[in-house]
Amino acid sequence: MSIIEELKYYLSFDFVKYALIVGGLISLCCAILGVTLVLKRYSMIGDGLSHVAFGAMTVAMVLAVVDMYVMLPITILVAILLIRLTDRGKVKNDSAIAMLSVGALAFGYIIVNLFSENANISGDVCSSLFGLASILTLSSFEVWFCVGVTIFLLIFFVVFHNKIFGVTFDKNFATATGVKSEVYNNIIAVIIGIVIVLAMKLVGSLLISALIVFPALSAIRLFKSYKKVIIFASIIGVINSIFGILVSILWGTPVGATIVIVDIFVYVICWLIDIITRNLKRA
Amino acid sequence: MSLIECKKLSIGYGSKVVCKNINFEIDKGEYLCIIGDNGCGKSTLLKTILGLNKAVSGKIIIDKSVRQGSIGYLPQQSDMNKDFPATVREVVMSGFLGKMGFRPFYNREEKAKCDKVLEELDIAELSGKSYKDLSGGQQQRVLLARALCATDDILVMDEPVNGMDARSIRKFYSIIRKLNSDNGLTIVMVSHNIDKVIDNATHIVYLRGDMAYAGTKEEFLSSEYAENFKLGGKA
Repeated sequence: MSIIEELKYYLSFDFVKYALIVGGLISLCCAILGVTLVLKRYSMIGDGLSHVAFGAMTVAMVLAVVDMYVMLPITILVAILLIRLTDRGKVKNDSAIAMLSVGALAFGYIIVNLFSENANISGDVCSSLFGLASILTLSSFEVWFCVGVTIFLLIFFVVFHNKIFGVTFDKNFATATGVKSEVYNNIIAVIIGIVIVLAMKLVGSLLISALIVFPALSAIRLFKSYKKVIIFASIIGVINSIFGILVSILWGTPVGATIVIVDIFVYVICWLIDIITRNLKRA
Repeated sequence: MSLIECKKLSIGYGSKVVCKNINFEIDKGEYLCIIGDNGCGKSTLLKTILGLNKAVSGKIIIDKSVRQGSIGYLPQQSDMNKDFPATVREVVMSGFLGKMGFRPFYNREEKAKCDKVLEELDIAELSGKSYKDLSGGQQQRVLLARALCATDDILVMDEPVNGMDARSIRKFYSIIRKLNSDNGLTIVMVSHNIDKVIDNATHIVYLRGDMAYAGTKEEFLSSEYAENFKLGGKA
């Protein structure tokens, strides 16, 4: 079978279509949020929050409730607290995230070890850390939830992109001239919490940062205007993930890790283009 | 009629007081300089007036004619994010955000005013350039343009000429002087650069931790503090 025929064959399955749709949408959300987070120096927030989500997931497992019901509120709450505390300078954001990140991971791992009825503990942990196959086992509810979140995020960012720019570029100036910076920061924190929980399905909690930082960093290499950076980051975020998922289906590589490798590859290309154009200008 | 009045104001962080018993008024059209040694609370005073920092005690009364969000602010350069991808136009337009409430997009008048301000400050040709690629002096003029978009009344500046070369400093001060005399803009400025500042200022506020002196430039120069300042502050 040629690659095209093979792809056609796989695409006839619903679960493959779901994976592509959800993968694309989550990457879009992560890329858009990523620009704001990278510029605010919050690159590692995805990592920290995803470990919190992992901890919450183990609690849900023990309580035998639907994992989303525990993961969403806890992750959102921590996201809001983290951004508030560090914005006011009460905690340094890198150390706050580091503490939270390892703390939640250790807590989650202990819970899994103490309470799991499944004999294959390392398999359980591994799949939630690396998002092994869960993207291929999505329910239609999860797909629609994801579509809803993406639509909300897109509307929010399109309508308020000027405000978000102001708050990100210079929060003090924005606040001093009467922008309700806290409101925007809180809404962004809520969206981050939701997107992180969703993204765990796709790449697992260890690799989430890749979806957040790589598209943004690639775009910053190439573009000078904030608007163009956001648009380009969204486009490559989506393309990278869909390409990564297709590759992983065709060659049987792990989904999350494959997407990350594609992201790195594209970043290196953008970096090279940046260096070459700079040198050409100088010459 | 005073635009801003500080009454028995104590400033600081949390409950730690940096400077207390500050009393002064800022009238329309004044050119006020806040001077004092490092760490005496000059920037804190500005941030407290702007509502970024809570006053420890006392009151700041802002006249109703100064609408919410119509104080133009030029922050200290070190507070800025130096490698942010943004065009000069994007940065300058963000001066309007505070006035817009929850209206999401800029309107035609705001775009026209942005062009006018860029023209006035002689940076129209930088409009599409990347902010992070500009020189320090140019960046500062861009931020000044942003502050002018936010206000027609009062401009508050924190160490505006830090890190600029002598020529840029001269140019910057002449722009500010012109804004004050021609456009009637009230100027409030914190600065280290005492000689230059004193030339242009009409009023002085001098902070010294335990007390704050406020008066016209002439009053200040003939007061005992002027001597202190020249001996202690500049050495």
